[in-house]
This record gives sequence, structure tokens and C-alpha cells, in this order.
Amino acid sequence: MRTPALEVEGLAKTYANGVTALAGVSLAVAEGDFFALLGPNGAGKSTLIGIVATLVNPSAGRVRVFGRDLASEREACLDQIGLVPQELNFNQFETPLEILRNAAGFYGVPRRLATERAERRLRELQLWDKARVPSRTLSGGMKRRLMIARALMHEPRLLILDEPTAGVDIEIRRSMWQFLKRINEAGTTVILTTHYLEEAEQLCRHVAIIDHGRIVEHTSVRELIGKLDVETFIVDLAGPAESIPALDGIEVRRLDAATLELDVHRGQDLAAAFATLNRHGIGVRSMRNKANRLEELFVRLTGPAASTSGRAA
Amino acid sequence: MSAALESNPGVPASARARHFVALGTILRREIRRILRIWGQTLVPPAITMTLYFVIFGKLIGAKIGTVQGVGYIDWIVPGLIMMSVIQNAYGNISSSFFGAKFGRYVEEMLVAPMPPWVVLTGYVLGGVARGLMVGVIVLAIAMVFTRVSLHHAWVTLSTFVLATTIFSLAGFVNAVYAKKFDDIAIVPTFILTPLTYLGGVFYSVAVLPPFWQRVSEFNPILHMVNAFRYGLLGVSDVPIGTAYAVMLGLVVVLGAVSIVLLRRGVGLRS
Repeated sequence: MRTPALEVEGLAKTYANGVTALAGVSLAVAEGDFFALLGPNGAGKSTLIGIVATLVNPSAGRVRVFGRDLASEREACLDQIGLVPQELNFNQFETPLEILRNAAGFYGVPRRLATERAERRLRELQLWDKARVPSRTLSGGMKRRLMIARALMHEPRLLILDEPTAGVDIEIRRSMWQFLKRINEAGTTVILTTHYLEEAEQLCRHVAIIDHGRIVEHTSVRELIGKLDVETFIVDLAGPAESIPALDGIEVRRLDAATLELDVHRGQDLAAAFATLNRHGIGVRSMRNKANRLEELFVRLTGPAASTSGRAA
Repeated sequence: MSAALESNPGVPASARARHFVALGTILRREIRRILRIWGQTLVPPAITMTLYFVIFGKLIGAKIGTVQGVGYIDWIVPGLIMMSVIQNAYGNISSSFFGAKFGRYVEEMLVAPMPPWVVLTGYVLGGVARGLMVGVIVLAIAMVFTRVSLHHAWVTLSTFVLATTIFSLAGFVNAVYAKKFDDIAIVPTFILTPLTYLGGVFYSVAVLPPFWQRVSEFNPILHMVNAFRYGLLGVSDVPIGTAYAVMLGLVVVLGAVSIVLLRRGVGLRS
């Protein structure tokens, strides 16, 4: 088995104010993976990333980056990591070009090479025309892309992004997804925290869900979705229906005269349900998922019901 | 050598060489900052020192006569240069490093594979660079009003380097502990300015009663001003050996404190 890109073991963090952000987290991310770290606000995602990036001192546990211990081989580990934090953390008075060249310099990349790399990254992320303006004048989406470019200046093998697309419009978000996919396909391991569960479903192969400082799920996105035993669909009818026949165990709720909500359990036959509707002269015009599938599972794993059911870490 | 760097052509293989690239990057960034905001960094000392030379040197100084056998305006030149240099070295690093903390871009350096000495040396050299720029400006202004002599070039140069290093380190410690911008103004206002004015810039401590002469010897700025005055004019209120011992001692103590603070991440890591 290849050495994991990131391995954390029994990681715990209690802040000086007594708040426990992590309560013994263990997980491994394989080299080359595209990995999602999901969790509600305050779950411990940013603390976990902060510890890996050495911005937060752990209370207990250990971190290995490509097999090297972060505590004893800090510089070698940090050489491998590129970090895109959640909050903007660049000098807003400097230009994007200067920010990137400086970031490269901090990793020992000589000035000339840093300038070449900066130009390449700025062009790739559609920021080259803003290369020499003060970075405070950039839009929110541009600032996010600038931080991604900065994290790649030393060509890390592990890229960690803490909610990189928060607050950017859908078009920019999708172009960032394409960029991250290309980075991952080129061999960089990517770890992503996000609130956009669609993002995890679109991009990631594996996922860990963290809640109250504990990992509540750590599996592949495919398996996670496979755990969903109920999906809810919104069905738009061709016209108003006076009554709705029984649909072979599928729970049906009427939202209005021409709209139904169906709860479909795994193994239930949706086509048979539509055939039944047809036989009763009720046509179906369109159908859509009520919510993102991962979102449904996420709510179930981290919501109040999960808290009271005594789920395992 | 890390695997990333093995497949990273153009990046120096040795850690030491990479550290020097990082050090140069911090220093370059500091110098660019000083030049970018020249109206805040280089102009104020020029105006203040011009006023000092006009008022204390020309108008009042003409009535004072000589001190230690030197005309008063000539006698205050070393103190005024040293006063500007140490205040600017201190102000440069305290505002720059605290600004990096406040704007969170200090994290760019904290997540990079740089040992604490690289970060500290980069910022201290930035403070020394600002001190050098301000020193040259004040020296040029002084030359408008009087003829500046140079008795001991190495004493002058070494005192300049030691004094700017000391106050850069002190400014760094201040910035590490500062939580708001007010915190970086407290030390210059309540400690640095009084010590400077009582540090023999405008008067010789020989005019003080013996008790206050003894008290003044505990003021490190007195030693720096007098060592610098010795370098330029060849006169001093304190033995040069003592002045060097005080300065070197402060460099060692403040340097060690700064490294420990950085290593522990005080005020930087949670």
C-alpha cells in the first residue's frame, strides 16, 4: 500500500477558552485522492486543517504528511503542503504578481522561477490582466482564485482548500472545479472542506464527515450515497389531478393540485409508479430531486436526530 | 531533501540556500513597503529633524556655545541621527509585523518551511534598512546646517547596526504581544520617547547631579547615543567598552526572546 498523503491519528484540540474543537480524530487520505471534509459550522474542520498547516498547536495526536511526522520534520512536511484558507490572508496593498512571487520565495523558489510560475498560474486562473493592480481591488471570486494560485506556487503534492468557493457565483465556482480537477488529475492530492455538498459530490472520491470534533463517517462518496435508503422527488404533473391513486408503497404528499412529493425507498420501482399514474389518466411533465442527495444524508448524520441516537465516532 | 523539491527543477536543493531565498524575499518585501509608503516612513523624520536643527541647533544652540569642546549644533548631530534611526527601526518592524498579524498574511510565512531565524532576520534587516534610509536623510539635512565629521568609521557603523538591530528586535517583541494598533503605540509613547530624550541627545549627562548620572547609565539609549557620538565626534559621556557591552547584551537577550516567541507561536498560533 502506498504511503498516505495525509494521516492523522488521535488528533485533539482544546482551546484556551475550554472549547474542544477536536476530540480524537483519525483519518487517512490516499495519495492522488480528491477528498472532501464535510461538517457543519464549528464541527472542527478548520481546526483540523489549521493543525496540519501548523497554524494551530494540537493538544494531542500526530500528523504525518507523505509518511513524515509533522512535529519532528516540520519543514519537510510543509514543503509538500499548499494551503488555501477560508479567510482572505494576503496583503491587500500588494499586487497579485507580488503576492505570488513572495509566496514562492518563502518556499525557497528563486525570483526568476517564481515570476514564471506566477505568470502561468495567473493566466490559468484568468487573473493575468489584474496582475499589477492592488489586490484589494479584485472581486471576491478573484481573491479566492488568487489564494489558490498562491498555494500552488511551490508545486505542492498536497493541496488543502478550506471552503474555497464560499461566496463565489456559480459560473466562477464551476470554472474553479474544472481547475481543481485538472490539478488533481496531474497528480496533486486535494483535500477540500465545503458547505456546498454538490461540490463534494461532483469533485471528490472520498469523504469524511466531521461533527462536534469527531469523524462520524469516512468512506467513498459512492458508498455514502449508496447508504441513502430514501430519496425525495418533486413530480410536476401535466395538469391538475383530482385524486392520486396508491403507488405501491411509495409515500405521496400533494404540494398543490399539479405537484406531488414522493418518498422513494431503495428497491422501489419509480417506473411502475409512473405507469400507475398514467393508467389513471395522470401525466407526468417533469421530476427532480427535492434536495441534493448528499445533503439529505449529511443532515441525517449531523442533525439533531443523529445527536440523540448516540452515533459512533 | 523533500520529494517535492526533487521534482521541482530550479529550486535550490540545499535547505540553507532555500532559507536565504526566503530571507531575501522578506527583506525585499519590507524595503518595497518602506518605499511604497514613503510619505509615512521617510518624510516625517526629515521634517522633524529639520525643525530640531533649526530650533535647537541654530536658534537656541547659538546661545549655548560649546559642549565637551564641540559647537552645540555639531554636538547634537549624532544624537539626532541616532534618535531618528532607532525610532524608525522600532516603528518599522512593530507596524509591519503587527500589520501582517492583523491582516493575517503573517500566515503566509507561518505555513512555509522557514525556521524562526529566517523570519526574524528578514524583519530585523527591514528595520535596519529603514534606519539606514532615515539615517542618510537626516545626515544630509545635518550637512545643510553644519559640517559633519567622522572620527571612527567602524565605531559609527557598528553602533548604527547594533542600535537598529536592538530596536528592531524590541519592535518585534512589541508586535508579537500587540492585540490592537494602540498596543504598538504605547511603548514608543511611554517608554521609547522618554528614554530617548533622557538619553543624552540634547545634553551631556555630565551636567546632571551624580545620582542622576548613575540612573542615566541604566538607560540603554544613553550608551547608543554616546557610542555614535564617539564615532562621529570622538567624545562620549560613557566608556565605549561599556556601551558595546550593553548593546551586545541587548542584542543577545532580545534576539533569544524573539526566537523563543516565534518558535512557540506566541500571539501567532492558537
